[in-house]
Amino acid sequence: MISIILLSGFGIISLFAGFLKSKRVLLPMALLFLAVVFGINLFDWDQNQSYFSNMLTIDNFAVAFTGIMVLSTLLIIPFTQHFATRNDENLGEYYALILFSLVGAIMMVSYNNMLMLFVGIEILSIAMYVFAGSDKSSLRSAEAALKYFLMGSFFTGILLFGMVMIYGATGTFNIAEIAGSAEAMGTGGANNVMFMLGVLMIIIGISFKVSAAPFHFWTPDVYEGTPTVWTAYMSTVVKTAGVAAFYKLMDAAFAASYGSWMPTLVAIIVLTLLIGNVGAVVQQSMKRMLAYSSISHAGYLLMTLLAFNNLSTSAILFYSFAYSTASIAAFGVLQLVSRQRQNENYEAFNGLGKTNPLLAFSVAVSMLSLAGIPLTAGFFGKFFVFSALIENPDMMWLIVVAVILAAVGVYYYFRVVIAMYLHPVAEDATTIRSTSFMNVMLLIITALTILLGIAPALLSDVL
Amino acid sequence: MITALLLFWPALAALLVLLIKGEGAKKVAFIATLVEFAIALFAIVNFVPDATTQFALDMPWMERAGIGFTIGMDGISLLMVLLTTFLVPLIVLSSFKHDYKNPHVFYALVLFMQTGLIGVFVAMDAFLFYFFWEVALIPIYFIAAIWGGARRIPVTFKFFIYTIFGSLFMLAAFVYLYFQTAGTELAAHSSNVNAFYQLTLDSATQSWIFWFLFLAFAIKMPVFPFHTWQPDTYTESPTQATMLLAGIMLKMGIYGVLRWLLPVVPLGVSQWADLVLVLSIIGIVYGSIIAIRQRDMKRLIAYSSIAHVGLIAAGIFTLNEQGLQGGVIQMLSHGINVVGLFFIVDIIFRRTNTREIANLGGITQTTPALSIMFLTLLMGSVALPLTNGFIGEFLLLSGVFQYNHYFGAVAGLTIILGAVYMLRMFQGVMFGTKSEATEGFADLTFHEKAVLIPLVIMVFWIGLFPNTFLSISEPAVGQLLSIINR
Repeated sequence: MISIILLSGFGIISLFAGFLKSKRVLLPMALLFLAVVFGINLFDWDQNQSYFSNMLTIDNFAVAFTGIMVLSTLLIIPFTQHFATRNDENLGEYYALILFSLVGAIMMVSYNNMLMLFVGIEILSIAMYVFAGSDKSSLRSAEAALKYFLMGSFFTGILLFGMVMIYGATGTFNIAEIAGSAEAMGTGGANNVMFMLGVLMIIIGISFKVSAAPFHFWTPDVYEGTPTVWTAYMSTVVKTAGVAAFYKLMDAAFAASYGSWMPTLVAIIVLTLLIGNVGAVVQQSMKRMLAYSSISHAGYLLMTLLAFNNLSTSAILFYSFAYSTASIAAFGVLQLVSRQRQNENYEAFNGLGKTNPLLAFSVAVSMLSLAGIPLTAGFFGKFFVFSALIENPDMMWLIVVAVILAAVGVYYYFRVVIAMYLHPVAEDATTIRSTSFMNVMLLIITALTILLGIAPALLSDVL
Repeated sequence: MITALLLFWPALAALLVLLIKGEGAKKVAFIATLVEFAIALFAIVNFVPDATTQFALDMPWMERAGIGFTIGMDGISLLMVLLTTFLVPLIVLSSFKHDYKNPHVFYALVLFMQTGLIGVFVAMDAFLFYFFWEVALIPIYFIAAIWGGARRIPVTFKFFIYTIFGSLFMLAAFVYLYFQTAGTELAAHSSNVNAFYQLTLDSATQSWIFWFLFLAFAIKMPVFPFHTWQPDTYTESPTQATMLLAGIMLKMGIYGVLRWLLPVVPLGVSQWADLVLVLSIIGIVYGSIIAIRQRDMKRLIAYSSIAHVGLIAAGIFTLNEQGLQGGVIQMLSHGINVVGLFFIVDIIFRRTNTREIANLGGITQTTPALSIMFLTLLMGSVALPLTNGFIGEFLLLSGVFQYNHYFGAVAGLTIILGAVYMLRMFQGVMFGTKSEATEGFADLTFHEKAVLIPLVIMVFWIGLFPNTFLSISEPAVGQLLSIINR
């Protein structure tokens, strides 16, 4: 709870510190704030406190997810060093927005009441709309913001409508009480049309937020238009919060009617996996490929919603963090490369292994991790997700589909690796300049990915 | 402890080699692999030839899930480790005359791969096995893709995707099996090899698990019709990578069948053994016939490898002692012969710049040493009595013959067809008149002899005293059979 208050306070401080207009102050300050929040957050472990007349509960689930989201933000923030080099007028706002949006993300993993979930999603989303449009001189960025905002509002409406339906059917927003009245309705509420309609609309609304197909159409365009560092934030922290919130809701409120909404979710997952992986294969732009890959990873993450057992939460936690570290490294290097070579396509990475061994290595490790190859965290992410699901024998076929599509994933992730190590450097290509601070951050991220690939118990045994 | 040392020493050495820029890297790598071989010999000396898993080490890895870092060696593992540690120094030595770019990376990758290979052979936990299975793949992919021939990028990419595809199915099967082990709590489940052996699944389940596992192993071996990645990859890879692939990596697939397929899903195996045997025997005939038509020496040996592996696969799926023992001993023999033959192709290629049989000829006139060694390895490959190939193929064929006379008869073609393509190659390359390319062909240098002589010694050792090796694996194979027939 203190972490929410602190983050809000820090956000306001950043806003005022924005008057200084100096990245030399703002960036270290944001890092410090996040580090403090990360530490403070750990004190809530095993406390299980409820706040605001039981609207928020800071349980271990919330603490763990807050922890990885704050940590991911901490790893992303350094890459803002190269953002807005034109001495953007309102630099402080972005740091404030990121801190504010984290408050939303924390609410999304600690809510106990659907209202809080909604408020959390909105806090997070509004910051994202601003981030999408933050490159004011770029048409693509403006388009991304508008597209994201219009679509986002529309789906927020659907989500809210769904919540209202649930309220109509049960008379409460509290997720535990919803589960109770669903139980009382018999068959977990599956016979109540209003209730099931509500569940369906909520599924659609959150699927949009985590960019699951068929509600994914905004993803490639918005990711492409948004400045890369914010794309990294969007595809990691937002997704983590979204999936965790989704899981919590389905587990705590709607588990009893599993049989009724499960087919919908299975359809969403299969479509997501298919569109994400196949869509990524045909991309020429690395950034669009990462956008499609983020769709496909949403598919793997959502698979955990088909099995409510003690492995599922661990699987989401591990998978999200593994995915986050890998994505941050990939987006971080992409930002440097695309800025300095004026090209976001694979060929921009040609010969990076020769010109910048460190950058190439961290991208290679993150690609291996995203592809799920052992010795990297991504492997255990997939492993835990499949493990969580395999106890549900009806879903064997889904695992087979996911496995086949994971092999497809290897194809497009390795195109980057091949470009970096096997294709010759273009003649006019220059060595990518990066600061030593950024190099250190990339090393830390890469080390984290490998560490979790060797000793997964560090994170998987937390929950 | 010895097993852990065997496992981690090459990885440590790889890190060390990475730090050494330039020519020193190959020497350090060579010494490191020799040390590794010495450790393996020490293990052999201390090995008690019974069916137990020795030099075992069991440490928690993912404790909450009951997954351990469990390693150890029984007779079969030990022979595979011996093969790996024997061949890798020779492979490193064989590269001394090559000037690879970035030698420190090249040798670090070779050493790193050795850790993966040893890990596969000593892992006694399913997930650990999978882990090393993939760890071995990454370095060889890079070795082949960075230092390979002109078409290396698409070819190695296909190889990579193909094998990953298969192994993901293996992973899914392992996860399923893991959840079938006793206990409802997560920590009570186990992925230990013995826990898998104790599973009693109904035959319908075993039937599909069989295919999940078999797919991974069949692609790696490769068994017909999963072989399409193999000839191109062998041809395009640099010689050392080809040696690693054909000499050792292919054995991972066969070893996987022995350790993780036959004893885990015996009912599944009995349902599909006929089909697998038919596929393997098709592979023997198909590989041999295509080998006969090859004009490129490296491709010829690549196809001959499909034929030989087909026979090994057929032998072990007969599930009788001759077949299994033959499979184990033939893994050693094939590794030794194929590494030697690929090296000879490399020697000839480096002197003449061609691998086309038609462009070569008359080499024997100036090269007594090369001729003798080439012929010995070749005879080993066509299973002439007194050589290593004879022991393995004889046992394998007698195993297949016991299983089904007709299968045995067709599989026996391997010896005839093998003689056809091998002798045809020898004739075309070594005899006849000198061609433009082979004019002034020099005999073996000291380095080349240093690689070939140990291989030739092993050809005769296994051929004359097979019991040295058969006795190591015999108790383990016996135990394997008793688990299969439980």
